[in-house]
Order: sequence, then structure tokens, then C-alpha cells
Amino acid sequence: MDRQVTGQSAAFGQARVFGAGAAEAVSAPAAVPATAAATGARSAGTVRFEGVGKTYRAAAGEVRALDGIDLDIRAGEIFGIIGRSGAGKSSLLRTINRLESPTEGRVLVDGEDVARLDEGGLVGLRRRIGMIFQHFNLLSAKTVRANVGLPLLVAGVPAAEIATRVDEVLALVGLEGKGDSYPGRLSGGQKQRVGIARALISRPEILLCDEATSALDPETTLSILNLLRDINRRLGLTIVLITHEMSVIREICQRVLVLDRGRIAEEGPVWQVFGAPKAEATRALLRPLQQALPEDIAARLGGARRSLRDGTLVELSFAGAGPADLGALAQAAGAGLALVSAAVDRIQGHAVGRILVVVAPDARIENLSALADATRVLGYVHDTDD
Amino acid sequence: MFTTQMIDRLWQAFFDTLPMVSVSAGIAVLAGIPLAVFLVTSGPGGIFAAPRLNRVAGTLVNGFRAVPFIVLLVALIPFTRLVTGTTIGVWAAIVPLAVSATPFFARIAEVSLREVDPGLIEAAQSIGCRRWHIIRHVLLPEALPGIVGGLTITVVTMIGASAMAGAVGAGGLGDVAIRYGYQRFDTNVMLAVIVILVALVCLVQFAGDTVVRRLRAR
Repeated sequence: MDRQVTGQSAAFGQARVFGAGAAEAVSAPAAVPATAAATGARSAGTVRFEGVGKTYRAAAGEVRALDGIDLDIRAGEIFGIIGRSGAGKSSLLRTINRLESPTEGRVLVDGEDVARLDEGGLVGLRRRIGMIFQHFNLLSAKTVRANVGLPLLVAGVPAAEIATRVDEVLALVGLEGKGDSYPGRLSGGQKQRVGIARALISRPEILLCDEATSALDPETTLSILNLLRDINRRLGLTIVLITHEMSVIREICQRVLVLDRGRIAEEGPVWQVFGAPKAEATRALLRPLQQALPEDIAARLGGARRSLRDGTLVELSFAGAGPADLGALAQAAGAGLALVSAAVDRIQGHAVGRILVVVAPDARIENLSALADATRVLGYVHDTDD
Repeated sequence: MFTTQMIDRLWQAFFDTLPMVSVSAGIAVLAGIPLAVFLVTSGPGGIFAAPRLNRVAGTLVNGFRAVPFIVLLVALIPFTRLVTGTTIGVWAAIVPLAVSATPFFARIAEVSLREVDPGLIEAAQSIGCRRWHIIRHVLLPEALPGIVGGLTITVVTMIGASAMAGAVGAGGLGDVAIRYGYQRFDTNVMLAVIVILVALVCLVQFAGDTVVRRLRAR
């Protein structure tokens, strides 16, 4: 966990307690106004869910949005929550800053039960938790400066200090010189940068991202994700993000929770969940990242060998245990090994993904097993001459 | 075509209409905006949720809006006397005009306030805004173009309603048109009044539209 703060971001770090973050998450003050952040020592930004459930009462009956969520989010990590729409991600995220209240269980931020806060305490909590949104939610009637400075203005920070900190945070998100524009004049990526600046200006210890890149094009998505990763490293704040795109999780998250119909389907380090998905919900979410079988091969695929010339289609899965060593694979197969498709990613230093190969009829498939985490014969590719 | 006397009379009428409309419009803004904010925020799920009070306020607003202005003018005479100490003249007309315009304007402003994206309110809550901060920094500024547009409609409606103020001897352009144009068959006077009223309404509408366009251009 990198909690070092360097260079121009030092101003953001001075409020932070350096060192082992999670260990300090016990004594959280009830309400730390943003102004006190410069002097007061704080614990680091952990979130704990204990048996969290939420039931909506709708006209059509009760809807179970969340069910039995137990989870620990550690200080300084980037934690992803993924699920299909309606899986309850949004509700789960909103229980952290109490934009929504669970009907059962407790949510603890730095060890403090958020349900027990009064209005003043809640305002204090929200100033320690920044949030960015899919549709940015910027005030169209205010300039970028006024949008970004609003959290400090309502906290009663003097105008001169607001001005300095707005400049600081605009520089951090790469929006120098855009302060006097109105949000309506900015591109989607710039708007989200304003959203991030607004979320960071109170020097929060946790940043919540609600589908923050879902309204952006792929290139802008990448630049915003890079910015989030950079902020996480430089300021050491905890980032909790929800998304329905596995690619976002793969890009920046360290741990991931797969949510399926309000329940935890799976949870763990991203490379593990991606490399060896256990839940059907996870596999379904991963499917768009996998290449489909090429059509010409699929047309010639059969369950049994028809002639001695038929090759064997083998899927080699890599779940992060070792490298995807192609040379070794070819050697082990002992005969012709043709690559059909390969989708191997390096996630957190682990090779994760799958390779499809067609091996010659007389190849030794059993030898391949030792070189991949899982080997599966998908079928036999019939010779075109048949 | 017009005697000097008649021109004086029209001039006088114009300067009766002006304060009648502007003062009561001012009151409608001061009372109508808080009323509209209350109607929006006290509804179910609002930031100051008070459904019962909300229904009471809603019914009161509907009640005042249901009464025709000429009836309200007469029905409010005791109240008008209480407030202004008189029941005739310009000030006696301002009270019922303001009472009639406030709920009208409040309903229009309410629509604009309701159209503010709930996501903005959520964002404001997430940055630590208290409820009155949300009204001050989110609801009112974001709804402002719609509110200004609604005020334009209100003022134009009030210019029309002020024609009936003659019933309490408040004078004004409408009163001149009725007394001279309608009752004495002086078509010229009536046409003159119509021309002035049309010009006045066009001016108000143009000014309102210009402000709205400036606000929306951001």
C-alpha cells in the first residue's frame, strides 16, 4: 500500500496519518469539519459492512436490493464492485455515505456506525467521503471554480483559502485555466475531472465512484481511470468504485466484489476472480472480454474425431499461477500446435486469460496440463477435405 | 383625435397600472418563491418532507387559484382594509393582485424547481451540503431560468387582471378602456389603450426572454 505523498500533492497529504492504515481505523471522530482536516489526525478510510440488507417497499411488493453483505474494504486500496444493472451495486455504494440507509445490518466507516450520526455528524462524514457520478452532476449555473469550491464554501472556509485550494485541486486533475468556464462548455472527460476535483477538495479519505466512466468514450475512460489510479497512489485515499464493465475493474482495481441479485457472488483479488471465476455471475460478466470461437473453426467443430487428420481444439486457461510460455507449450505438445486465439492479460503481475490452440492428432495433450492452470478439450476440428 | 384631457387621462392611467403591477409582482416574487420551494421540498421524499403540511399548502394554493380575480377583489375587501387602511385606489388593488399572483407564480416556479435533476441534489448531499445549502446553491440557481420565464408569464397575466382594478377605483389602463371605450363608445380611447397594453406586454415578454436566454447560455 503506497501511502507516500510527494511533490505538489503534499498539501493534500498533510492531514493524513502515514503508516499502516487499517490498524488505525478504530477511533474516528464523530465529525471532522473540512477546515480541521489540516490539523487533526484521522484514521485512514476503511469501510466495513456487517450483514447489510436492504428491502424496498414498492407497489408491486417488496424488492430485496441487498442481502447479507459482509465485507471489509481496506484503507488505501482500489476496490471494485461489479454486477449487472439492478444487482444492487448503486445501493451498496450509497450506504457508505448514507445517501441510502440499509434496512438491516451496519455500515462502519473507520469503525463508526454511519446510521448513528445526527445531521451534523452526517455532514462531517460526507466531507470525509468524496463521490463522483456517471452523469457528473455538476451545477450548470456555477462556474468550474464555484462548483469545485462549493464543498468548502458550505463548510464555512474563508474565500481566500477556497481560492488557493481550488487552484491546487484543478492542477491535480489537469484542468488549469478552465476555472472560469461553465460546465456546459466542457467535454465529458473534462466534466468528470471537475467532478473529481469537487470530490477531492475536502481532502477526503474515501472516494466513491458511481459508474464514473460509463458515460465516457473508451479513450477518455482510460484517462480518467489513470487519473484515479494516480490520485490513489499520491494521496493514499481509498477508492470504492462500481461498474458493470469488467475492463474497468481489470484496469485499476486491486480487489473486486461480484454482486448478483443483491448478494455477494464472489470476492477476492482481481487476478484471482478473473483467472478462475467461481460464480456463474462472474463468468457471465467476463464473457464480453473473451473472444468467441472463430466462425470457420466453429463450423468444423465436432464432439468426436472423424478422421485421423482431425486436430484437437484445446482451451488452456491461465489463472495467474505461472507464465503463458508458448515455447514450452509447443515443445510439450510435441507436434503441430496452431494458435487459434489468445486473450492473456497481465493483471497485478499475473498472467490471466485463455489461449485456444489446435494441436495435431498425435500430440500429447496431457503434457499441456502442467503448463496451464486448466486444460480442456473443446472438440475436434474436422479436416476440410471431408 | 384626442383631447389634451384624454391624453392626460391615459398618461395618468399608465402611471396607475405601472405601480399596481410592479409592486404586486414584487410581492408575488417574495412570497411565491418561498411558497414554491416549500411545495417542492415538503412533498414526499423531499428534503424537508412534511406530506401533511404539503397537502394543506397545495389545497390553499388551489383554492386561491380557483377564485376569479374580480371575485377575489371583492372578497378580500376586509383584508385589504386591514393591510392598507383603505378599500379604494391603487394600494387597494395591489393587495388582491398580489394575493392572486402569488399562488399563480408559485405553481409555475414549482414546476421549474421540480425539474432540477435529483442527481444534483444527491451530489450536493454527498459534498456535505445542509438542506438550506441545497435550496440556496442548487435548487434556486438551477431553476432560475424557468423561474424568470414564469415571472414573465405572471406579469403579463397581472397586466390583464389589473384592468379589473377599476372596480375598487384604482384606475389604470384597463379602467380607462372600460369606462370610456366600452361605456361611452369612445372607440379611439379603447384602441389607444389596446396599443399601449400590447406594447407593454411585448416589452415585458422581450425583457423576460432576454434574461432567460442569457441565463441559459451558460
